[in-house]
Amino acid sequence: MDASNVDYVVFFVAGAFVLLGAWGVILSRNPVHSALSLVGTLFSVAVLFILQEAHFLAAVQVVVYAGAIVILFLFVIMLLGVDRAEQLGVDPIGGQRPVAVLIGAGFIAAMLTAVIAGADSLSGTAQPNKVAPPTAGSTVDQTASDIEQLGNRLFTDWVFAFELTGLLLTIAVVGAVVMVRKVKGDLAPLGESVIDERLAAYEARLEETAAEDAADAGSHGTTDADDEASADADADEDAAGVDA
Amino acid sequence: MNAPMHAAMLALDPLLIDPIGWEEVGIVSLKVVVAFVLLMITVMFMVWFERKVVSDFQNRIGPNLAGPWGILQTLADGIKLFFKEDLIPEKSDRVVFQLAPYLSLVPAFLVFVIVPVGGNFNDGNGGRVSWFGHETLVQVADPPIGILLFLAMSSLAVYGIMLAGWASGSKYPLLGSVRASAQMVSYEAALGLSVVAVLLQSGSLSTNEIVAGQAAEGFAGFIPNWNVIVTGFVPFVIFLIAGTAELNRPPFDLVEAEQELVGGFHTEYSSIRFALFFLAEFMNTVTMSAIIVTLFFGGPAGPIFFGLTWLWPTIWFLLKLLVFLFIFVWFRATLPRLRYDQLMDLGWKLLIPVALGWVLFLAARNVAQDQDWGTGGLAAVIAVTLGAFIVGGALLMGAINTARRERLADELGTTEFEGSKS
Repeated sequence: MDASNVDYVVFFVAGAFVLLGAWGVILSRNPVHSALSLVGTLFSVAVLFILQEAHFLAAVQVVVYAGAIVILFLFVIMLLGVDRAEQLGVDPIGGQRPVAVLIGAGFIAAMLTAVIAGADSLSGTAQPNKVAPPTAGSTVDQTASDIEQLGNRLFTDWVFAFELTGLLLTIAVVGAVVMVRKVKGDLAPLGESVIDERLAAYEARLEETAAEDAADAGSHGTTDADDEASADADADEDAAGVDA
Repeated sequence: MNAPMHAAMLALDPLLIDPIGWEEVGIVSLKVVVAFVLLMITVMFMVWFERKVVSDFQNRIGPNLAGPWGILQTLADGIKLFFKEDLIPEKSDRVVFQLAPYLSLVPAFLVFVIVPVGGNFNDGNGGRVSWFGHETLVQVADPPIGILLFLAMSSLAVYGIMLAGWASGSKYPLLGSVRASAQMVSYEAALGLSVVAVLLQSGSLSTNEIVAGQAAEGFAGFIPNWNVIVTGFVPFVIFLIAGTAELNRPPFDLVEAEQELVGGFHTEYSSIRFALFFLAEFMNTVTMSAIIVTLFFGGPAGPIFFGLTWLWPTIWFLLKLLVFLFIFVWFRATLPRLRYDQLMDLGWKLLIPVALGWVLFLAARNVAQDQDWGTGGLAAVIAVTLGAFIVGGALLMGAINTARRERLADELGTTEFEGSKS
């Protein structure tokens, strides 16, 4: 069995699925079907990565894109209730479609030019020695597996970019949390006295309820009723917390 | 790309290094079939085992009519489900509804291909066996990404459940599936971080090398070199908890909380489609146990006493597997279900910070060993880690408490005690 023949078969099958998924994304009327087609495309691209011996990239492609990002897409689609067929007769932005056709045609032209004009350099046949030169002074072992090479590069040559990316993600997370916080009134921090005051009012209210309960149910002791009331209040508070 | 480099990078399995002919393809196909059949039989056994053990816990008899000790009960149930009417709800999304069970089943099986189930790992043998004149490993595949395949598949498994709930076109399944996907996505982080602890120790992603690393002679000659001990027990506990949550098994089975959600995401499923979900669930339990054994308990590595040298590793593997299958049933029989906020608190506020801290500790320890800092250096590393744990933990607790108090004050301030809650 010739290895290159197998390579070709895998390439064409995976490529067909990539295109099929891409068609599905733009042609499905239902957003959920579009998202599923996107998963198909991402998965097939992962297969193409494996064909190029980029195993780690393939795994990350599946874990991050298929496993996290599209899941979030689906969450948004399902929770916002837009999971119905779109009304395609109405054009929300005037003149959007001709412009889209123009941009699309330009993009295809650019791609075709790049592929036809640069076929030699893309496939690496033109100047085999110039393809992917090792970084000067790099200690990366060229025969190691792709994961080791990637790890070495990330934590030596590109450690600064790596750290910056981490920082960027942290900023994004903090920003998201800050944006969804509901702030009422002015932004001044809540003083201890205000909290204590409100807690005291809350507890007074609890005792009042407990006393009422005790009056209602004669057989129960005061302490029991008190406990029950506070337990109920806790449950209410938790439920509210989950809702918020 | 030249041939030897191609082979060395493509696979660590010695079978696939030489030029590949029909014989090699035949062996690989045979492995796939045997693995599939074995997994199906194990799943059948697991369903029966769970029902029997739970009934013992609950002082009942359990299945006892089909076959000796009721062992064929699963087969009978399967046949029954197969002949039942297959309903597709009118409001459902037909294509996705029919696709979902398979999306749930396929990842469950694919994880099993990276589990080494036999092979002699003693004396640096690396688990190689000789079949039909070819050296190979007793696992279907040993890809260089190894354990990442497990993480990738467990992130794909979410789709089956999520789409099943959505496609049913009904409230309760949708609620169940939203719960399930939120839970699985949350606990994947803790799961991944506890795997990182093992990878730091093994220095490889390949499951074969992870097991081979654990087969080496351990501390004091008789304590095994298992990762559960070497990584300091904490990652194992986190992995077990996060794994149980990932499987949606009790006590984390809010996904199908009968009292609240009827049957959860598979409420609308019947007949063979329901059977596929059921199968996937138990298959996941078996593969998760197998992954735990591989990562933390040395997989098939163990002493070989006499006679059939090829049989002992598989026996060790099955015995270890059985222990974890029992632990999962034990959880189900004894632990009450968590509330949803407790589930999220446990995952995000306890497991993930602890797992992250532990990974940093292990990394620091490895640096101390690599740099030959000696006992004093190691003690310093432990002291600094402990200090960082205390400071970090105090900060986290402080942040959680402040958030709680502010939320409480906010609620009390804006809404009167019995007033409508926004």
